[in-house]
This record gives sequence, C-alpha cells and structure tokens, in this order.
Amino acid sequence: MAPAFSALTLFDVVLCVLIIGVALCSSSVRDLFAATVLLIIYGVFVAIAWVRLGAVDVALAEAAIGAGLTGVLLIGAVARLKITESPAAAVSRWQFAAKVIPASLGLLIASGLAYLVLTVEWRETLQAPVLANLPDTGVLNPVTAVLLNYRAYDTLLETSVLFAALIASWCTTHDDLWGERAGLRQHTRRAGILATFGRFLPPIGLIVGIHIFWAGADKWGGAFQAGTIFAAVWILAIMAGVIDAPNATGRSIRSFAVAGPMFFTFVALTGVLAQSFLIIPVMVAKPLTLAIEACLTLSIAATLMLLVLGAPRRSA
Amino acid sequence: MLLDLAAPDFPWIALSVAIPLFAALIAALSSALAPVVAMIAALLCLGAALWTAVLVTTHGAQEVAVGAWPPPLGIVLRADGLAVAMLITAGLVSIAAFAFARQAFSARTQTPETRSAYSFWPLGLCVLAGVNAAFVSNDLFNLYVALELTTIAAAALVAMSGSRAAFEAAIRYLMFALLGSLFYLLGVVLTYSTHGVLDIRLLAISAESGPSTIAAAALMSAGLMTKMALFPLHAWLPPAHSAAPAPASALLSALVVKPPFVILLRIWFEAMPELVTPTLAQAFGALGACGVLLGSILAMRQERLKLVVAYSTVAQLGYLVLVFPLAGGGGAQQPWAAGAWTGAIFLTLSHALAKGAMFLAAGAFVEARGNDRLDSLVGLAREMPISCFAFGLAAVSLMGLPPSGGFTGKYLLLTSSFASGQWWWGIVLVVGGLLSAVYLFGPLSLMFAREPALAVTPVSRARQSIALLLGLLSILLGLFSEAPYRLLQVDRPGAAAEGFT
Repeated sequence: MAPAFSALTLFDVVLCVLIIGVALCSSSVRDLFAATVLLIIYGVFVAIAWVRLGAVDVALAEAAIGAGLTGVLLIGAVARLKITESPAAAVSRWQFAAKVIPASLGLLIASGLAYLVLTVEWRETLQAPVLANLPDTGVLNPVTAVLLNYRAYDTLLETSVLFAALIASWCTTHDDLWGERAGLRQHTRRAGILATFGRFLPPIGLIVGIHIFWAGADKWGGAFQAGTIFAAVWILAIMAGVIDAPNATGRSIRSFAVAGPMFFTFVALTGVLAQSFLIIPVMVAKPLTLAIEACLTLSIAATLMLLVLGAPRRSA
Repeated sequence: MLLDLAAPDFPWIALSVAIPLFAALIAALSSALAPVVAMIAALLCLGAALWTAVLVTTHGAQEVAVGAWPPPLGIVLRADGLAVAMLITAGLVSIAAFAFARQAFSARTQTPETRSAYSFWPLGLCVLAGVNAAFVSNDLFNLYVALELTTIAAAALVAMSGSRAAFEAAIRYLMFALLGSLFYLLGVVLTYSTHGVLDIRLLAISAESGPSTIAAAALMSAGLMTKMALFPLHAWLPPAHSAAPAPASALLSALVVKPPFVILLRIWFEAMPELVTPTLAQAFGALGACGVLLGSILAMRQERLKLVVAYSTVAQLGYLVLVFPLAGGGGAQQPWAAGAWTGAIFLTLSHALAKGAMFLAAGAFVEARGNDRLDSLVGLAREMPISCFAFGLAAVSLMGLPPSGGFTGKYLLLTSSFASGQWWWGIVLVVGGLLSAVYLFGPLSLMFAREPALAVTPVSRARQSIALLLGLLSILLGLFSEAPYRLLQVDRPGAAAEGFT
C-alpha cells in the first residue's frame, strides 16, 4: 500500500507546485493575453485538484466555468482592450506600489488562512443530514440534492444573478446599436476549418451536454455544467456561420434566457399553497427536479452564450 | 380554505422576494408591460410588508423554513421588527422610484424600444428583490447571494446613462463591491468550516470565540463595510450614485447601501455578540465619525447637486455604525444600549426615505434645467415649489431637526451617548448635524433666492409630488414614531437590549 500512496502524494505535491507556479506566472506576466492563457491553465490544474479532493461536481464546474467560460470572456476583453487602448502604457512611480500593495495584502491573507486551516479544529459539516434525507429529494447525487432541494433558494437567487448580469451586459450596448445582432459580425470561409468544426462538433457537444445534464441527477454533472457545454456549442455554431447571432430585442432569445428562472420562481411560489416556499414534494421530486434543471440548462446556455458574444458592436 | 392568508405563518416575507423576481423576468420579456408590472410588484411588496408588520406585532417574529427543511440543512427566512421595517421602506422607496421613472423609461412613449427603457425595469426589480432577500434571510451564504444580486443590478443602473463618466463610476463601484463580496464570502467559508452551520440563530448558540471565528467576523465585516461605503472605503459611492439616472440614484442611495448595514448588525448583535470588545466598538465608531466629518466637508465643496446629495450619503452612513460603541461601550449603563440600537435603525429608515425624496427632487430639477449645477437652482422655488418643498422636508430629516424621523434617531443616539458617558460620540452627532445644515442650506438658499429663475422645462405636478410624498413620510416617521418604535422592538436581539458583554 505504501508505494501507491507515495506516488499519489508525489502527484499531489507536483500539482500544488504547478498551481502556485502558474498562479504566480499569470499575475506577474506583462502581456495580458499570456496572463489570460495562464489563468485558463491554472483553472485546469485547480479542476484536477478538485478531482483529487473527491469533489467531481466542483471539478466539472471549475473546468467549464472557471477555466473555459471565464477564459473566453477574458480573451474577448483583452481583444477589445487592444482596439481601444493605446499600446504605450503610462509608466508611473505608482506602478511599483500598485504591485507591492496587493501582493503583500494577498500574502498576508494567504498566510493567515494557512495558519487557520492548519490550526483550527474543523467542525463536522452537514454531510450526515444531507445523506440521511437523500431519499426525500428524488436524486442520488448529494450535490444536486443540496443545489436543487435543501438549498434550492440559493440556486434560485444565483440564476437570478446570472439573469441580472445578462441585462447588465445588454445595458452596455450603444444606443444606436440596440436591436442589432450580438457581438461582432462573423466572417467564415465556406470550406474553412472553422466551418467544418462548426458542422462536426455541435452534434458531439450536444450529446455530451445531454449526458452531463442527465447524469447530474444521480452521479456528476448538472444544469450549470451542461449549460456551459451547450453555450460552447451554440457559440461555435454562430462563429462558424451555421446559425445567426441573436439580438437582444428578439422575443425567442429573451424567452430562452428567462425560462429557467421563471419556471423556478413559479415552482417556488406554488410552495405558498403549503404555507411555505419552494417546496419540492417528495412524490414528484425527481421529475420536478429534472424539469427545473432542464429549464435552467436552457437559460444558462442562452445567457452564457449571450454574455460571451457581448453587446452588439460595429465591425472595426 | 386553500390559502389561509390571515394565518400568522403565511410566508409573506418569501413573497416579498419572489414577486419582484417574477416581475423582473416578465419585464425582461416585454418592455411594454414592464412599467405596469414593476408598479404592481412594488405595491404588492409594500402590502405584504405592512400586513407582516401587523402579524409580527401581534404574534411575534415569524419564520419560514424554505423547502420545509429546518436549519442547519435548509435556509430560514425570518421576519423580526428590523426586517419588516426595512421591507416597508424598500416598498415605499421603490414605488416612488418606479412612479417617477415611468416617463423617462416608458416603452410606450419610445418606439422602437430603446436600450434604457428596456433595461431599467428588470434591473430595478432585481434590486428590489435583492435587498428584500437580504433583509429577510437568516443564512450567511444566502445573504451573500442576495448581496450579489443587488450589486450586479445596481452597477448596471449606475452605467445606465451610457456616458463615459457613468461607465467609469460603474466599473469602480463593481471593483469595490466585488472585492467586498470576496472578503465577505471568505468569512462565510471560515464560519462554516469552524462551526458547521450558516444559520445566524444556530451560530449564536454554537459560536465560541476562537481565532478563526474572529478572523471570519473581521473578513465579513470588511466586506460589508466596503459595500456600505464606510470610511475609508467610501470613494466609489459619490460618483456612482450621482452618475445614475434620478430614479436609479434613489434606489441606490436609499436602499442598496442598507442591506450591508443590516447584515453587519445581524452578525455582531445576533450571531457573535460575545466577540465585541470595547476597543473594537470604539474603532467602529471612529470610522463612522470620520465618515460623518469627511462626507460632510466634501459635500460642502461640491458644485453639483447630485454630488452634494451623494456625499451626504457617505456622511449619513457614518452615523449608523455609532451604534457599536453606543450599544456596547459602557458596561454599567446598559439600559441606554437599547435606545442606541433602535436609534440607529430609525436613522436608517429616515435616511432611506429622505434620500429617496432628495434624489427624485434632484431628478426633477435636472429635467427642468437640463443640468444639476448648483448655480442653475437659483430661484427655482417659484417655478417648482413642490420639488423645492420636498427637498426642504428631506433636508430637515437629514439634519435631524424635530419632528422628523432623523430627529428621533439622533435623539436616541444622543441620549445613549451622554448617558453612557461617551460624550465624544454626542459631539460627532451634533457637529455632523451642523455640517449637514451647512451643505444643505447652500442649495436651499439658492432655490429660495429672490432672483428670477432661468428658463425651465415644465415637470408635471404629479411627478414632483412623488418626492414630496417621500419627504413627508420621513417627517411623519418622527411625528408618529410610536408604531415603528413598537415594531422594531419585536424580537430585538439580546445584545441590543443588554449591550455587549
């Protein structure tokens, strides 16, 4: 048993060194694009760390949202900064302070947390009651039970945050461009690589997404992870010119974005009939949970896709 | 009967979150319906809150276990006096803001649909849902999500005008607010890993003051102080609150800065009262006092009305944290501690109403004159008596003159500061009041100057009266303080009555 143990320990040590190293590189490198790419790599390593900690759901979310989606959003931001900002950044004497102060603050907080993590006696978490009540939730994955039953109210508000973020991003549209298609106009060569990818990958992505959504009830996965995959498929199809980018004034895209939180809020309101709020009745727990997740997946996919495309822009 | 609406355990407080949320989603689908839906939602929220106030004063605090899962597994919503008073205020301010916004953001008057007319309503309703969620939640992580909902929608409201200055203010606000969120979340994580619960009531039972509990409380407080713009983390507020369109400014200054303060009260008075030391309480008070003085001095130096009003928010928020030294400091004078807690909440309520009135009046001035420079207010009292009167009433409450709600709050704080022998906080209250008189008499004297007003675009009397109504309410809060006072005593935390031990 000992050799296998030490091999895994070695793996963990290497992983930790990589995480810290990539994090340092990402925050110290000058080029913004390089920093973003390093951040994506950092996200992948952190996802692996979550797998090692046995939190596969968190790992999937970290890989899809923390590394993938955030990376795409940041790359989009970097690309736009290159258009608007002048390349010669002003060198000021504050630059040194602007690096040292956050760095020392970060170091202080990190070492404080490290001290606490190593010294504090950790209390028992809520694992036992979560597992004990699992039969009443209709699902076998305890993470799904927490997200869509025990603490479904948190998830309801979180999906509302996503909705608010979408409206906020639409709110940054130039007044003259309201009603135009989202993002930049896409130009693709008919037989180019992108066009081929755009026809070849979406079916595979759809199947993987549906599997992750369906598996979420009993194993690993769920609405957020599946929604991210569908969003990626959607974006790819738009970039490849297979379908058109939507515009914010379109009725159907608004319905897509709103469907999930709206159905969820509706379910929450029906709890009033039992003098409570957001009740998932045991009798219909599984189908109702799946229905909520299906609507949420749709809305999350639409919202993330729209957030990545961004507000309508004139082509440069 | 299927729905027993009169039952004391009917989940009205859950509706005060779900209704504006649902309305926000409908408003995002159809901008033609949005103004009507928003108004109905705000009215329903006010109605639910008033009815809850009746239930709570007769039956005591009310709890809703969401999903019928009791804590620590589930989340509990709790209607005590503080929560219900805040819900009522949020209802009143949002009704006023939405009524005032109807003209500028109506899809009917603007075809084809415009960006701002579309996005104002969902964002405004998300703010209402977010603050209401934060007022009633009793779960530290759920409070984080509620704060996030409020912040994202509020930042977008700041950027609403689309100008470069508005975008810069919005981004700076977002940076500060997200940093605050991170600190708060870090504190929540530490709390959960140390105590295994997130429910505030359960924490009060299980909390013992180890190093990680102290660190958690410090991190959460730092985050909340950033979000409520407490000195020295106030720099983001004035540009953000003045850049937004008037009804959005009213929501931001009256409501959005309040949940962090309420959560701060809940953490220190309800969850971890034994952590408060006299030094800590005095440190909180010192930050508040700096905020009062600096905010007031900067308010005097502004040349634009909305900036004066925004800096005044920095000053007024400073008063609120005086509750920490006044409710806790003098161990022997505990009977006065109760007055300080109630006084701070009275100030919170009257500031919300008065600041809402002031920003809506400022909005009317901007519409009439095209800008909000102080020198363009000259002689406006003759042209727009209603708005000027509204501004004056709100000013009376902010200065803390009798018989306003601001007076009741300050009087309670003053009494406890002198009774507990902490005269220095009394001086801060008095000096702050004098300074606010200086920066508010400036614009008022210009409005009531005898010189003839410059060219004025007429603003309808009905819309001007909205600000007047809020201003009147901030006065009435002091005149009829009996009922709100009794409401606030419902399930008041022990530390508010006995002080920190």
